[in-house]
Amino acid sequence: MTPKATGTVRRHRLSTRLWHWLNAALLYILFTSGLGIFNAHPRLYWGQYGANFDAAWLELDRFPGWLTLPALYSLAMSRHWHLAAAPLFAFALLFYMLWSLANRHIVCDLAFRRADLAPRHIWQDIKDHARLRFPTGAAALHYNVLQKASYIGVIFLLLPLLILTGLTMAPGMNAAWPWLVDLFGGRQSARSLHFIAAFALVAFFLVHILMVLLAGPVNEVRSMITGRYRVPEERP
Amino acid sequence: MILTRRTLLLGATATLAGCDRLGRNETVRDALFSAENFHRWAQRSLMARDALAQEFRPDQISPIFRANGTANPNTPAYKALWRGNFADWRLPVTGLVTRPLSLSLAQLQAMPPRTQITRHDCVEGWSAIGKWRGVPLKPILEAAGLHDNARYLVFRCADDMGGGRPYYESIDRFDAFHPQTILAYALNDRPLTVANGAPLRLRVERQLGYKQAKYLMGIEAVATLDGIGKGKGGYWEDHAGYDWYAGI
Repeated sequence: MTPKATGTVRRHRLSTRLWHWLNAALLYILFTSGLGIFNAHPRLYWGQYGANFDAAWLELDRFPGWLTLPALYSLAMSRHWHLAAAPLFAFALLFYMLWSLANRHIVCDLAFRRADLAPRHIWQDIKDHARLRFPTGAAALHYNVLQKASYIGVIFLLLPLLILTGLTMAPGMNAAWPWLVDLFGGRQSARSLHFIAAFALVAFFLVHILMVLLAGPVNEVRSMITGRYRVPEERP
Repeated sequence: MILTRRTLLLGATATLAGCDRLGRNETVRDALFSAENFHRWAQRSLMARDALAQEFRPDQISPIFRANGTANPNTPAYKALWRGNFADWRLPVTGLVTRPLSLSLAQLQAMPPRTQITRHDCVEGWSAIGKWRGVPLKPILEAAGLHDNARYLVFRCADDMGGGRPYYESIDRFDAFHPQTILAYALNDRPLTVANGAPLRLRVERQLGYKQAKYLMGIEAVATLDGIGKGKGGYWEDHAGYDWYAGI
């Protein structure tokens, strides 16, 4: 059942590798251009409406130019970048979901197994992470329970939430799909959720990068480019 | 770690600078700007032609409706009209029409009105809900006898955006004949104030705020947007690079 647990193995599928790097580029563009758009009105509200005379739950200074695309404030260019990247990102997620259903990536690698969900197992996994004890040998060839939970959370909750709240802000989509506004409780609520979800994704990204750096960046990055992964030797 | 962080930061800044440079490349710009066509096509494929923008209850109206853009055209011609309570103001409907019109405010107010409580979404991100009352554009275009080859309606405005260039906007037939597309003369049960576009402004409820042209001075039916301003169909489209289709 387990493939050989020494030497170099094929770790990541082509679909996963393609989607990963496409996302790296698109999410970078979407986040930085999104901050540029946010700078046009750096206030967030809950509900259907919200403008300068209404109570904001968050009011920020403009994000600095080194974080925004373009660096020099241009709402029009930020929108062009954002609205060009957004459909590519959304359809890529859709194709990835379908492809991963077809090649059984979701069922085989991402879905929780009964053993994953045993409280003792989850607690053990949390302790291992806290001690930065990364899996070795055969255990390094599949996702651990915290990894599964974060990947499932991102792919099936966070990314769809970002796409749907983004669509909800479009007045044309409000006419086409009125249920979207109702789902999020108003356009300004959707804008707030879009902002929160974007920063949740940044938090995921930072932890993700940290884990890659700690687990062996060369081996990890190579496995995401070529698919080939050197299995960490079993601890004695 | 310090080295890594610095490298990351430098990398991020360099990548952004790279994107910025890409954004100035003609081919990349064309590709980015063409996303508008995809969004227009996708949205209009997903919506019925007469699909309505959401309408709200009176208790959902914004306490203060934020006025944006020009707050007062302040030109001598506009001030003269305003002092006369817009009795001398006329709305010419010209271009590719069989019967050019020239409508007074009284004539417009005598036509069957439509009242709608809708959400105004600014391109900047804020929204305000207001109750609009006005005349649907459709019967006006029918009265003028819009030609079949008239693809766009151009709205000329009184506000000077600098250098003697007045504001203008345009919509196509898809939105021109929509039931919620009205020429509004009242906001929240009061005649339009100067800040909100007196005496008449356009409401195109499935698009963003910059399409809602204020201070209307004329409507022109045209076959193409070439030759109108710089050819992109609106003041901000021509001067800031905004999308002509503002459904997103």
